[in-house]
Amino acid sequence: MSTEARKPPLQIALKIRRILGGKAGWNGVAVQFAFAAVLGWIAYEIISNARANLENQHIAAGFGFLSNNAGFDVNQTLISYTGSDTFLRVFVVGLLNTLAVSAVGIVFATVIGFIVALCRLSPNWLVSRIGEIYVELIRNLPLLFQILFWYLAVLAALPNPRQSISLFGVAFISNRGLVIPEPIGQAGLGPFLAVLGVGIVVALALRIHARRALFLRGQMIRIWPYVLGLVIGLPLVTMLVFGQPFTVELPHLKGFNFAGGARIIPEFVALTLALSTYTAAFIAEIVRAGILSVHKGQMEAGSSLGLSRGTTLRLIVVPQAMRVIVPPLTNQYLNLTKNSSLAVAIGYPDLVSVWAGTSLSQTGQAIEIIAMTMGVYLLISLFTSFVMSIYGWRLNRSLGA
Amino acid sequence: MTDITASSFVRQDLVVERPAPVKTSGFVGTLRTRLFNSPSNILLTIIGALLLWFTIIPSVKFLIVNAVWSGHDRSACLAEYGACWPYIHAKLPQLIYGFYPEAERWRVNFALILAAVLLVPLLIPRLPAKGLNASLFFFAFPVVAFFLLHGGGITGFGVSWTAGLLELFDDSIISAGQVLLSLSETSVIAPLLWVVGTLIVLAGNAIHWLIFPLTWLRDQLESSGQSLWTDFVITTVVVSLIAFVIGGGVRAGWRPLAASVAAFIGIAAVIKLMGLDHGGLPVVQTRLWGGLLVTLVVSVAGIVTSLPIGIALALARRSTIPLIRIFAITFIEFWRGVPLITVLFFATYMLPLFLPGNFTVDGLVRALIGIALFTGAYQAENVRGGLAAIPRGQSEAAAALGLSWWKTTSLIVLPQALRHVIPNLVNSFISLFKDTSLVSIVALFDLLGSLRASFADPKWSAPSTLFTGFAFAGIIYFIFCFGMSRYSLFVERRLNVHRRN
Repeated sequence: MSTEARKPPLQIALKIRRILGGKAGWNGVAVQFAFAAVLGWIAYEIISNARANLENQHIAAGFGFLSNNAGFDVNQTLISYTGSDTFLRVFVVGLLNTLAVSAVGIVFATVIGFIVALCRLSPNWLVSRIGEIYVELIRNLPLLFQILFWYLAVLAALPNPRQSISLFGVAFISNRGLVIPEPIGQAGLGPFLAVLGVGIVVALALRIHARRALFLRGQMIRIWPYVLGLVIGLPLVTMLVFGQPFTVELPHLKGFNFAGGARIIPEFVALTLALSTYTAAFIAEIVRAGILSVHKGQMEAGSSLGLSRGTTLRLIVVPQAMRVIVPPLTNQYLNLTKNSSLAVAIGYPDLVSVWAGTSLSQTGQAIEIIAMTMGVYLLISLFTSFVMSIYGWRLNRSLGA
Repeated sequence: MTDITASSFVRQDLVVERPAPVKTSGFVGTLRTRLFNSPSNILLTIIGALLLWFTIIPSVKFLIVNAVWSGHDRSACLAEYGACWPYIHAKLPQLIYGFYPEAERWRVNFALILAAVLLVPLLIPRLPAKGLNASLFFFAFPVVAFFLLHGGGITGFGVSWTAGLLELFDDSIISAGQVLLSLSETSVIAPLLWVVGTLIVLAGNAIHWLIFPLTWLRDQLESSGQSLWTDFVITTVVVSLIAFVIGGGVRAGWRPLAASVAAFIGIAAVIKLMGLDHGGLPVVQTRLWGGLLVTLVVSVAGIVTSLPIGIALALARRSTIPLIRIFAITFIEFWRGVPLITVLFFATYMLPLFLPGNFTVDGLVRALIGIALFTGAYQAENVRGGLAAIPRGQSEAAAALGLSWWKTTSLIVLPQALRHVIPNLVNSFISLFKDTSLVSIVALFDLLGSLRASFADPKWSAPSTLFTGFAFAGIIYFIFCFGMSRYSLFVERRLNVHRRN
């Protein structure tokens, strides 16, 4: 006969103390009360002062001003906007411009960053030195300095549109910005896009199916001919049936400026250039560190298993490097998005410039406008960190399994 | 025994000498192995050389060969397309001091020299007295620099400051209670509000009587002639006594007492030397400051203020007390989630609304507050990384020795943690230094802002002016940032000496 282990005492008081006051116990509770009192006092001071100050300046607090007419123009809008639209629409226009410059910047920054990282890892002495010089030079100069340099010194020194620099005869760069060919949608655009979308989705599903078959049953399925057919063949067929999806309009000189094509304002060009080259220097270091973090033995083990160099890289080295690269890389993307707020220095109409700049000075609603601006950036960064925590969770799960 | 050479197994003639292996060391060897060892590498080398040729040669040509070195206005720089150095020479005072009055510039120079004298020994690990040095740089220098750069004097000292601060706090508490009392006449939860309001007013009155001796003393001091020095002596006695008692009384308190008295003697010397007791140096408004001066002031102030904020936030974030931890997490994530420029907008447009109407804050100070909070949040994450790297055994051992939480943290954990993260802290300082350029957006003229302002001068408007200005400012920024990053590498290597094999 064995004696049953006695249950430990419940210790409810202890647990409550722990929850309320942490390790410090009742002292912790007292500290919290004092802290809450101080916070409450600060909040009270802020609110009462703000109320008194707003009253003195005859500003009505609240978001009612959002439906007022803005009455100023914005020189780059992704959605239709005129001066008689509301402030809410100004906010959306600014937000879209921020997102546009960030997206374009992220693409270029990634490409340049990977190229520079490869340069730095190159066995060629000269090329690796050039990569190093690039990284050191760019990282040690302030971003605002670089934006102003590109905007004030380089772009302003470009010739006028009549003598503009031609890039292969399709795009022209001058001191009025960049002119690129503009795709113009035709009748066949709708079906073309729909078929392309379906093709991509089916191709992805096929890939998932093939991987599952490989991992569960060890069965190799060759999918690339189908994928090729789905993603390229089907849209081609649609093009033949429904006609051209879009035509490309080339820009050409007319008078003192260009006619046709899409014009990209110089502020956008300068900002994208500066943001992408600046962030690329950081991305290059991240990628280099990631690739160097994979132990040399992994490559050797791969080749001893009889895998070719390309396969070893693709299946063994890169996935392990990506694990190190992706979190800081996302951080850099976030930094780029936040840094795009420097657009205000050169007058690119991003969120900070048109919203926290022009709208603020027109309405004087400092609290609401700055809170909204900060809120947008905060939401973006919280969303990114949420996605990253999911990524980390999946990574941990796959490593644990 | 047969002669070994007669054996048919041994060859009779010498082998033909093989050619020496391809040299892989030395200059030619490096060329061969690192630049020209395969066709693709040769191609890369050629591309790289072309890239350098088309960037370095034009830059050298612009900056040195074609540069104009002397002249009095733009006409000198129009002749040739090269760097317009006379423009930099003419604008140099503006780029370094802004509009700081010419007669007072020695103060800026003196402050910069003082900063260098205090900073350099702090950065060399071999030199002794790091604690004294750090406290001088982090506590004494900012105050001295303020009175040196801004000017002005002081009329009171510890007693009157404490009294004034407590009085302000007390008034605010009483007015809050009265607001609650007035609300209780209309609100639904009137009795509750009335009780809370009365309690707060009572507490405020109690504090009023509690601090009455202090305010009375202050009023007496103000009515007497030598208010500053009497105040100073009283503060010295009180603070030294407190240091003596807290330091361990008769048993071990002599050292803190001596330190405190020495510190106060130092403060007295500074007050006497700078004449703070009768007005001090002439006041120079911060809107006259500019150029490199503002850049350095903002970055040094950011460094000095952000580190304590960061340490406090990092400790708060690791605390087990729920409210404090939640507050620290929210605070840190908030500031890290928004761009610095919105923080500066916040400090410029929103902060004045939050302060009492009669209380105006200087534009530079507002920007400094924003930068301190922003950088503090980043430093908190750095420090937290260091705290996490300290094994738990350290604090457990300290607890076994009977040390309190404060002593464990300040004597055992923090010194090790901070030493771990010096490279990260320095990297943060680099980005802070680069970020100071953003203050030019909120109408402060730092180096970049002054540079931009100088472009507008028609006297020097020439095609080469822009590039010259950017080259000059770029070189200054690069020297500072590159120097700091090298230092951070040096410290990192030094810290990791024991890990290398």
